[in-house]
Amino acid sequence: MLATRVFSLVGKRAISTSVCVRAHGSVVKSEDYALPSYVDRRDYPLPDVAHVRHLSASQKALKEKEKASWSSLSMDEKVELYRIQFKESFAEMNRGSNEWKTVVGTAMFFIGFTAILIILEKRYVYGPLPHTFDKEWVAMQTKRMLDLKVNPIDGLASKWDYDKKEWKK
Amino acid sequence: MASKVLPKPQMHGLLAKHLRFHMIGAFMVSLGVIALYKFAVAEPRKKAYTDLYRNYDLMKDLEEMRKAGIFQSIK
Repeated sequence: MLATRVFSLVGKRAISTSVCVRAHGSVVKSEDYALPSYVDRRDYPLPDVAHVRHLSASQKALKEKEKASWSSLSMDEKVELYRIQFKESFAEMNRGSNEWKTVVGTAMFFIGFTAILIILEKRYVYGPLPHTFDKEWVAMQTKRMLDLKVNPIDGLASKWDYDKKEWKK
Repeated sequence: MASKVLPKPQMHGLLAKHLRFHMIGAFMVSLGVIALYKFAVAEPRKKAYTDLYRNYDLMKDLEEMRKAGIFQSIK
């Protein structure tokens, strides 16, 4: 009876987060993927966290030195601080690659494979074309269309010379 | 790598520059397309129509069609 009363509380979201936290011993462990993460993106130049999360002893010392005047830092130290903060520079993250060749090649391969399938289909699966596709029939059909003067301005009949009885050059 | 000094990149006005370039470009391309369409499609079509209808005789046309035997109602 009491257990079912608790379930109705869960359905109504009547158990507060603090109660849930206390049930877990006051320490809420977030999964790694739920925490702010580092990204190398052109359109997000300042990521939420630094690239290196756990600094070594020398890196910690360097971070202390960073709190003083920056002109005292050497070039290598500045680069080291940059590498702590960022994984790849803009030039590195934007570098081109040869991936497009793989993509185009694979696409052409599969198009070719499809072409083979279509050839086999035409040869072994499809029946014959209708008789209206025979050369004689198409000739009779075209003659009738010219007699009807189909599309005499821009289309079929405009390409036929009615005086010389032949196609216009 | 550290010895060569790179020129300072443009820091401000990037959107304005992008917008100006692309506005002018889009305008020019549109005008080009319009001109191309007018002179490659519209004018020839108008000419074809005027050429046909300048000396068009409907009765003669229908007479030719009748002789060709396409009408079902008159032979």
